[in-house]
Amino acid sequence: MNYRRRTTIIAATCLVVSLAASSFVLHRTDQLRPQATLDEVLFLSSPKVIERASLGYKGLMACIYWTRTVQYFGYRHHYYAASYNLLAPLLEITTHLDPHLVVAYEFGSSFLAPKPPHGAGEPERAIELMKYGIENNPDNWRLYYDLGFVYYVELRDYKAAAEAFERGSHVPNAHPFLKILAAQMAQHAGEYETARMLWSATYQTTQDKQIKQNAIDHLRALRVDEDVKHLQQAVTRFGERTGRLPANMAELLGAEGIPGIPVDPDSHPYKMTPEGRIEVRNPDDLPFITRGLPPGYQRKYHVLP
Amino acid sequence: MRNRIAYIASNTFREAVRDRVLYNLIAFALLLSGAAILVGQISIEIEKLVVINLGLTAVSLFGVVIAIFIGIGLVSKEIEKRTLYTVLSRPVRRWEFIIGKFFGLAGTLVVNTFFMAIGVFAALFYVSHKFVRADALILVALYFIVLEFVIICSVALLFSSFSSPLLSAVFAFSLFIVGCFAEDLRNFAGMAHGILRWLATGAAYLVPNFSAFNVITSIAHEQPVAGQLILQNTLYALSYAAMALSGAVLIFEHRDLK
Repeated sequence: MNYRRRTTIIAATCLVVSLAASSFVLHRTDQLRPQATLDEVLFLSSPKVIERASLGYKGLMACIYWTRTVQYFGYRHHYYAASYNLLAPLLEITTHLDPHLVVAYEFGSSFLAPKPPHGAGEPERAIELMKYGIENNPDNWRLYYDLGFVYYVELRDYKAAAEAFERGSHVPNAHPFLKILAAQMAQHAGEYETARMLWSATYQTTQDKQIKQNAIDHLRALRVDEDVKHLQQAVTRFGERTGRLPANMAELLGAEGIPGIPVDPDSHPYKMTPEGRIEVRNPDDLPFITRGLPPGYQRKYHVLP
Repeated sequence: MRNRIAYIASNTFREAVRDRVLYNLIAFALLLSGAAILVGQISIEIEKLVVINLGLTAVSLFGVVIAIFIGIGLVSKEIEKRTLYTVLSRPVRRWEFIIGKFFGLAGTLVVNTFFMAIGVFAALFYVSHKFVRADALILVALYFIVLEFVIICSVALLFSSFSSPLLSAVFAFSLFIVGCFAEDLRNFAGMAHGILRWLATGAAYLVPNFSAFNVITSIAHEQPVAGQLILQNTLYALSYAAMALSGAVLIFEHRDLK
């Protein structure tokens, strides 16, 4: 083996070993300070400063900030975080850099509006975001739909929701269901019926898998809420009629003439507690349900640093 | 005369290729293919936007860096290596030398941009699986980027005609940054009073204004570009480059090369 070849082999070996060693040490250091690389810091919070710093390449910067928003939300959502402090500023920066980035408004509002842990619980900021989006993209009917959606689902503001759907229905090529939604809002139609229509419309009009899954989860939750409500009403009627609670679900179903055993969307039968409460078997499998939860049931919340 | 300019231009091009300038294409290809594959997994619904934004931004920034770092050495390197004396001892006028160098560098950048454009379209096809009519707008953005290069080449050459490579790089890069803020400079001039207003207005017109050339974001959203803007940007780039080249020729003609 000549000198040159020997040096090459030694240098290559040193390179690989030192790379492995440095990676190992870094990994151990990360374990010592687990949150160090995930600090929530927005070094530059002013959209205008960031716009200037981008030297005119605003589109790329907006894509970077949008990706950062998605990562931030995804990380905190994964750990059921109770707060999303940077979400609104990140969305503000993203949409300031690229006011035509429609995806940031659509997803942004669904990140911002729902209560934790499903979202940031900031419906007012979601509305601000949507209004900014409509201002910059007045011909996009989906933004009006999303605005009305936030008004209805999060704030129960029927008037504002009807107004948003109505305005959206006048946009060229708007989906026809906007007119129906506007009318339903104006009439304060049945809660479940309207909500089901909204989520069904969301499911049908989106191409995104995550939005589709979110719509399915909400539709499942609506079904549970409606089932539990009807069964609970049956228990009340039974009690009024007989002066006592039904002994079990079979007695209730027989007395009320309900055919079959009612099951939740996962085909698990609903259960009735000795106190006459109707509950689901596995509440963890049914996010978004508001009825049928055991007393004191709390979804997992973490306060991330 | 034309032959002499063409000869200097082709030599400049060959020299740039020999300096492995086109190696940046490898970095560009890696960047784009990496982004095209990765972004779909870490973001939502912006794969196409990222390919267009990142692709065109990279074309622009890579080109600017090449234009500056090659442009600044075009004259000074020839003096340093003493090859300039050989060239000028032949029937070549100084202004022909400058113009030839300019076309050589611009040609290098056009070729570089051409290959990068192929990369952008290939990445676009990878994420979209098809081309739509609006994708043709990318060609307009690429054309504007080339116009930007024309200005930067001429500016780099102007600095190279009287300054050292290091200082030329600082001047050219600063001018590029200031050019990106030219609109702000104009707004500042609008708010100023008295002599400051005149100075700011003068500076705003003297520095190259790159803001009108950057249509990447709107093109990514398939928004059309007005024909008038294409015409005016072309005229602006040509007249600005002509101005900078004239300055370079004037300085170089009177420079004592002994």
